[in-house]
Amino acid sequence: MKAEYLRIDPTSCAGHGLCAELLPEMIQMDDWGYPIIEGRPIPPNLHQHAQRAVSFCPTLALALQQNPATGRPSPTPPRRRQSES
Amino acid sequence: MTSWTPPVGTSYDPAGTGIAGPLRLLAGPEGPDPEWLTHHLGRLGPTPPPGRFLIDEVRAAGLRGRGGAGFPAGQKMAAVRAKSHTGRPAVVVGNGVESEPASDKDRLLLCRRPHLVLDGLQLAGRLVYADRLILALARDGQALRILREALIERRARLADDIAVELVTTPGGFVAGEETALTSWVSGAAPKPRPVPPRPFERGVGGRPTLVQNVETLAHLALIARFGADWFCSRGLEEDPGTCLITLSGAVARPGVYEVAVGTPMQSLLRGAGWDQSSLGLLVGGFFGTWIGADAAAGMRFCRSDLEQLGAAPGSGVIVVLASSLCGVREGARVLRWLAAESAGQCGPCVRGLPAIAGALERIADPLSASEAVVTQLLGWCDDVQGRGACHHPDGAVRLARSVVRTFASEVDAHRSGRCTLASARTAVTPQ
Repeated sequence: MKAEYLRIDPTSCAGHGLCAELLPEMIQMDDWGYPIIEGRPIPPNLHQHAQRAVSFCPTLALALQQNPATGRPSPTPPRRRQSES
Repeated sequence: MTSWTPPVGTSYDPAGTGIAGPLRLLAGPEGPDPEWLTHHLGRLGPTPPPGRFLIDEVRAAGLRGRGGAGFPAGQKMAAVRAKSHTGRPAVVVGNGVESEPASDKDRLLLCRRPHLVLDGLQLAGRLVYADRLILALARDGQALRILREALIERRARLADDIAVELVTTPGGFVAGEETALTSWVSGAAPKPRPVPPRPFERGVGGRPTLVQNVETLAHLALIARFGADWFCSRGLEEDPGTCLITLSGAVARPGVYEVAVGTPMQSLLRGAGWDQSSLGLLVGGFFGTWIGADAAAGMRFCRSDLEQLGAAPGSGVIVVLASSLCGVREGARVLRWLAAESAGQCGPCVRGLPAIAGALERIADPLSASEAVVTQLLGWCDDVQGRGACHHPDGAVRLARSVVRTFASEVDAHRSGRCTLASARTAVTPQ
């Protein structure tokens, strides 16, 4: 199977946060509740979870695509956060 | 928060200071009046018909876009032409919006050499098989009036012209971004949209669209007349030609200058009469980078040199920070302005930029600056990077990082509760 990647349309995302609940392995929240998505291809064992995250997005902002995101550098890997003080 | 007052001066001296060398775009009559069609044709002759090889000529000339990103113009034109050749006819948008507050060169060019820009627009239109030409301007008034008259002149005398539509955009920093512009011309809100598809694939009305800065179009009009070899006879080998720059801030002679790409910064700054004890320059405008004045003075004004300092020429803006001003505080002001100019579409930009501006404001104040705030600022910068539909947040983050980097000693002073500037010190004196 061809590698797939997550793509987010930031203009549609409203920060509901379901994706970060359903796919915490690849999606983390920033300090304002918006998802930070890893640019690496989705590993096979997470594929089903990724599809679930995509289908549960209330604003249809999350999608799977065949190509890595183009046109801008992939975001730095999210920092692991300590729980908010 | 009060809005930023554009620091651009009003006196222009394109030839006077001796840093410019022979002019190209601004050659011809001096003074602020537009060069009307009779004079323009008398000086340069009619636009030669764009042969099949013009696009090769543009490529050989190595012309880069002058709007900020510096993308090779020939490559973009070839991409639009290929799309247009096989599908629906293309649209060309001349971008004269110039929403960068510290830049004034597009307005100056449009007001003084309207026909050079319009020649370039016509040529670009033929080159990519367009049947719609649009010239987008800010709601500035002056350029619009001149361009309207120039178009009336052409309609009467140049029968071959494709009709040009004049469009004005609402204000706002992101309105000049190319996807925002194509959206606006298509009848939607002037807001950036995610790419791909880029405008060369799907732009105005879903058609392949060439968006090109007005200065780029003016260069195209000259390349069509004089050729690539002539164009490359000035500037650098990897980045040829001349460019328009806007110099402002702590300089005795602010204004727009036409200089060869790669002119030493030292001679630009000296020619404009800069504040030599200045600590920093804002290069590339509000969408640019702060760099240290000492480091900058040894560089040439070109991509490869400025890159070493993490900066880029952008749309040719240099703002000199007055030695009486605190760089961190000025940086924070610019960032607060950028945060307010977000198109309001993407969460990380809407929420992140005000947070970053707030952190920078805390660093700018010796009473609240601390190591922790700096760490938080840089962490937020990493978080926001690359997460907007357009590059607005990326530009803001680059600027924030450059403030901390360039004014590192100032940041250190603030962290220990001091500010090295007398003006700022009095501000924190206990009442």
